[in-house]
Amino acid sequence: MTIMTNQGPATPTATPLVDMRDISIAFGGIRAVDGASIDLYPGEVVALLGHNGAGKSTLIKILSGAYKRDTGTIFVNGQEASISSPRDAKGYGIETIYQTLALADNVDAAANLFLGRELKTAWGTLDDVAMEAEARKVMGRLNPRFQRFKDPVSRLSGGQRQSVAIARAILFNARILIMDEPTAALGPQETAQVGELVKQLKADGIGIFLISHDIHDVFDLADRVCVMKNGQVVGTARTTDVTQDEVLGMIILGKCPPGAVPGPGAVRAAA
Amino acid sequence: MTDITTAPVDRARASELGFAGRFLKATELDVRMLGMLAALVLIWITLHILSGGLFLTPRNLWNLSVQSASVAIMATGMVLVIVTRNIDLSVGSVLGFCAMVMGVMQTQWLPQYLGVPIGSSYLWVLALCSGLVAGVVIGGLQGYVIAYMGVPAFIVTLGGLLVWRGGAWWLTSGQTVAPMDPTYRLMGGGPEGAIGSTWSWVVAVVACIGVLFLLRSVRQQRKRFHFPLKPVWAEVLLGVVACVAILGAVWVANSYYWPAGIVRRYAAENNIAVPDGGLQIAHGIAIPVLMAITVGIVMTFITTRTRFGRYVFAIGGNPEAAALAGIATRWVTMKIFMLMGLLAGISAAISSARLNASTNALGTLDELLVIAAAVIGGTSLAGGSGTVVGAMLGALLMQSLQSGMVLLGIDTPLQNIVVGLVLVLAVWVDTIYRKRL
Repeated sequence: MTIMTNQGPATPTATPLVDMRDISIAFGGIRAVDGASIDLYPGEVVALLGHNGAGKSTLIKILSGAYKRDTGTIFVNGQEASISSPRDAKGYGIETIYQTLALADNVDAAANLFLGRELKTAWGTLDDVAMEAEARKVMGRLNPRFQRFKDPVSRLSGGQRQSVAIARAILFNARILIMDEPTAALGPQETAQVGELVKQLKADGIGIFLISHDIHDVFDLADRVCVMKNGQVVGTARTTDVTQDEVLGMIILGKCPPGAVPGPGAVRAAA
Repeated sequence: MTDITTAPVDRARASELGFAGRFLKATELDVRMLGMLAALVLIWITLHILSGGLFLTPRNLWNLSVQSASVAIMATGMVLVIVTRNIDLSVGSVLGFCAMVMGVMQTQWLPQYLGVPIGSSYLWVLALCSGLVAGVVIGGLQGYVIAYMGVPAFIVTLGGLLVWRGGAWWLTSGQTVAPMDPTYRLMGGGPEGAIGSTWSWVVAVVACIGVLFLLRSVRQQRKRFHFPLKPVWAEVLLGVVACVAILGAVWVANSYYWPAGIVRRYAAENNIAVPDGGLQIAHGIAIPVLMAITVGIVMTFITTRTRFGRYVFAIGGNPEAAALAGIATRWVTMKIFMLMGLLAGISAAISSARLNASTNALGTLDELLVIAAAVIGGTSLAGGSGTVVGAMLGALLMQSLQSGMVLLGIDTPLQNIVVGLVLVLAVWVDTIYRKRL
């Protein structure tokens, strides 16, 4: 735990919101994630970087309950958490915006926002009107021009679908937000909107894991970066301590620069 | 980016709409459903003309409603099965098996082994319940293998088609079981199995009040949350059309009188003097039709107003997303098949009561009619979309064609050819409609 000196936000004594330790998972002999450790503090954005297949999406899906880890421990707020299904994860306040958005295309925005957590009337039936009212509220905050509450989400534009997915994640007062390529389908203006949202959520004390290919995005939004390669963590660094070129070196070569804390996946320096 | 442009476009589009477009937007009616109704009316009028005025008579329409009931009931369940990208090929055989269970129960097992005498008023209730339980258990068994063991529904239910047909044979070694309990037989329709004109009008009035109440409560709900409302004329129009349709249907059912022979026997048994013009006793709504309508309402409620229904559609739209949202997709799938089994059990009661016998051939090829009804009714085989009402209309449409062709004296092989072509045509039209969207 000596590495702690170089990690964490301004208050190093705070308990991490999430602390994943020595997580491993294998799919048919391929170690998709191999002994990865990562942590996240309140009000902090940690970017996960790496090539396709580096294991970042898999690691994050273990946290969101989509995959069951083979080994390793997850702590949420310092308490050991047992997460083996998406429902468990949501119970800990972990919400995920998946790269594929994971929307049911044939139902409308409100039905997607409340999927699995529908509001019910006193009769035990679906309270569609109340759900639509909540949907209008949260969508009004994210995307004020959005009016198509009766259409199935398959008829919405890429940006509108993205805002539905984001709205679903923040609707239930998430404390930990996972964003897997949140801006991949967006134009410049909407990307800027997502950036604003991330800053706003940060200010509310929510911890965010951001998976992205766009290194500029990452340096704009993230407090720390964590680079993965071949399922292992190459290193973790504060964005102020490393340059973009150094981070690229971590991604491509697995070379850990002096400003970063090396992980098990770092290439041993010749020295 | 795109959402910036779509909002003004929507508004522009609304102002460009013609009368038909404005009408649809105001009433929020489904174009596909209107198309189906139009097709049904067209078929009815064509058959009426071709048959020289035999089709659109109270008698034929009443019989049509009774004949459609069994397939319509199963089609409502098939919608859920197909919406979740599954299929159930076993419903005809499950119907046969359940009918055999109900038949053997009331004629042999209950009177001989369980001490319920023939003629007891519990007999039909116990027989019916045992058949329904058999349906749920069979559905649950198949659903378990499909959902938890991962065998494709096509294969499981194809196996089920053989297994349950064989099971029906095995229950009585192929013997036909008859006759059925008199009360049980009411579920099959016929002069006795209808509720008469007075009760039919009561049902009609209750239904009209129900429709108006529903329209009003939806409007009030939307008002409470300040959502956009339909124009008042649209609400009034919908209410009036619905009430006229209900009252008209009951008027037709009440215009079909008992055949003279049955009236004479009934009059003699009850010491009623037959007046000169002959005693006219109306059938009213048939009990199997009432059962089908009830099933339709319950299934519509389940699909649109409950969590279960919402999950069924979400799984059909995107199974992975449904699982990630924390829905127990396997359990939902298993429940769908249990529901399908229950509905096959209800249809089994109607079919065997109508025949006044349980034979091991009962329900043969019904699976194809049920699937065709659901698909003609707008259920997409790709999953994710379909309505209960559509499937029931689909069943009525298929039955109209078939009984119309019987009226016209068309040979059975040609009937099959026509029904087959209509199925393909209907799906083709639907495919074009979907692409246009």
